[in-house]
Amino acid sequence: MAKTYVPNRHHQGRLRWVILAGAVVMAVVMLIPFGIMVMNAFKSPSDYSSHGPLTLPTEFYTQGLVTFVNRTNFPLKLWNSFFISSLVAVFAALLSVLNAFALGIGRVKGNMAIVTVFLLANMLPQEVLIYPLFKMAQAVHLDNTPWAVIIVFTVIQSAFGTYLLASVLGTFPRALLEAAALDGANRWRTLWQVVFPVVRPTVVVLMIFFFIWTWNEFFIPLVLLTTPDTQTVPIALASLQGDRLMDAPTTNAGSLLSIVPAVVFFLIFQRSLTRGITAGAVK
Amino acid sequence: MSTTAAPARPARTTRATASRSATSGGYWPYLIPGAIAFLVVIVVPFAMNFYYSLTEWKGGLRPPKFIGADNYIALLGDANFWTSFKTSLAMIVAMVIIPTLLGLLLASVLFDYIGKKFDGKVATFLRATYYLPQVLPVAVAGVLWGWILNAETGALNVVLRAIGVADPPNWLGSVSTALPSVMAVMVWVQIGYPVVIFMSALERVDPELYEAAEIDGAGWLQRFRHITLPQIKPETFVIVLTCTIAALKVFGPIYVLTAGGPESSTLVPSYYSYLNFFPKSKVGYGAAIANVLTVLIIIVAVAITSLQNRSARREMEGR
Repeated sequence: MAKTYVPNRHHQGRLRWVILAGAVVMAVVMLIPFGIMVMNAFKSPSDYSSHGPLTLPTEFYTQGLVTFVNRTNFPLKLWNSFFISSLVAVFAALLSVLNAFALGIGRVKGNMAIVTVFLLANMLPQEVLIYPLFKMAQAVHLDNTPWAVIIVFTVIQSAFGTYLLASVLGTFPRALLEAAALDGANRWRTLWQVVFPVVRPTVVVLMIFFFIWTWNEFFIPLVLLTTPDTQTVPIALASLQGDRLMDAPTTNAGSLLSIVPAVVFFLIFQRSLTRGITAGAVK
Repeated sequence: MSTTAAPARPARTTRATASRSATSGGYWPYLIPGAIAFLVVIVVPFAMNFYYSLTEWKGGLRPPKFIGADNYIALLGDANFWTSFKTSLAMIVAMVIIPTLLGLLLASVLFDYIGKKFDGKVATFLRATYYLPQVLPVAVAGVLWGWILNAETGALNVVLRAIGVADPPNWLGSVSTALPSVMAVMVWVQIGYPVVIFMSALERVDPELYEAAEIDGAGWLQRFRHITLPQIKPETFVIVLTCTIAALKVFGPIYVLTAGGPESSTLVPSYYSYLNFFPKSKVGYGAAIANVLTVLIIIVAVAITSLQNRSARREMEGR
């Protein structure tokens, strides 16, 4: 954005503060749920019932956190989520690169049709696949293991990755490929030494997205991971709902702990995420 | 989406053409892992699900019994089925229409006004706060809101009672308020996505267009209507398409917030399908619902995409 356009209207000072106030009020509305969550995660049940949700805790109460962590075996859930999401990010990115290499660089016959099929697969509701996947996982004894979820999400995420990378690679400079061919590089070397370095930033953004999307997934893990020891963070929290142990502090402590990884991830990768969302839209 | 670049065709040397045609067959091996995985995880289950939808099956050891289109015929007379699609319309209002309009407003205010009158950093910070709910697991957002809206112990009603409302509504538990409450939560979840996309769309618009318009004496509203809106059309289509599909597929928030109740007032197709698959063990019926939902999503996606293409073509011809 080399040049920004500066309108010479609205110079009145009052209006500009009114508009800023409006945008800030909106931000506050967005943040209120987080605020009361944090305040009430550290509040004792008696404090909550006597003072309500909008006061600061009278003491620093951590029993809610402890109850939730013990009750759900939270470190295990965290590991399950991390293990599944990381492997999906790596495998799906690899699969996307291979597919996109054939479709975008190789322009194999019918590549547009194939990309369209991948795109359509992305739109399918997961309900239309879940029962057969559930039965297939049982048949090969992968039911209730992280591998069932990893395999399924590797394919689902790579459908999007293939679509995006194929259109990025469709504009890859042919001169570079021809130079590589003149140097005697075969296709495998061309992929990893010529093409991959150029698209690496896009692949990294894709991996970040695959990780977050898989981390946040609900329906397929809910069905395929049936016992507490294999479940992921969102399932663990959701399945405790209605439990009588889940008083206000415990619910909020659980929500807080479940949100922390996503928010940390968001803060670390904010810049590349924003770039990625945008790239996804314009492509 | 529409900008998938058509391969440029400069006059190629004969050598390059020859090498390309000779080698392009050799790219197929790179598709093999992807093709096998796609077949196993998408195509085969999709076909199996279609077969299930033509059967009556409890999902157990007894094999599915073929009954033809009976499940689909039963759907036509199933009030819950129709209710679930009515709820989908409400989800489209909450996840597409409101977020797109509000998102455009917020993005213009942030980009056009706050980013310039104050500081780019203020605009970036505000954008991040709007986007925050989008990065949470939607089920976790659901649990948090489920507690806030809880009739007895929830934050909202505790506050309402404290300020003197004797009998605050049971937000998620009564037929009249459950759907509007879920819709409000979905607006909160969804709003950040259009804001981020629209802001980057606005950055893309050539500032000279605005300068020229201003020299011609166009006011802010006129510039917005005649420059901004047409220029950001591609992004608007993308937002409408992705959000509509998301609205038709919504599952997690319903599962966590209301489980489709009370009295099916928040039942959505995906949840109704799940309900038949697992708790009710009516696999064939669940499969039929999922198939209808799939067809609907594809129709909507194709309709929006062809609208977009037509609009793009009209623009090209207009120029």
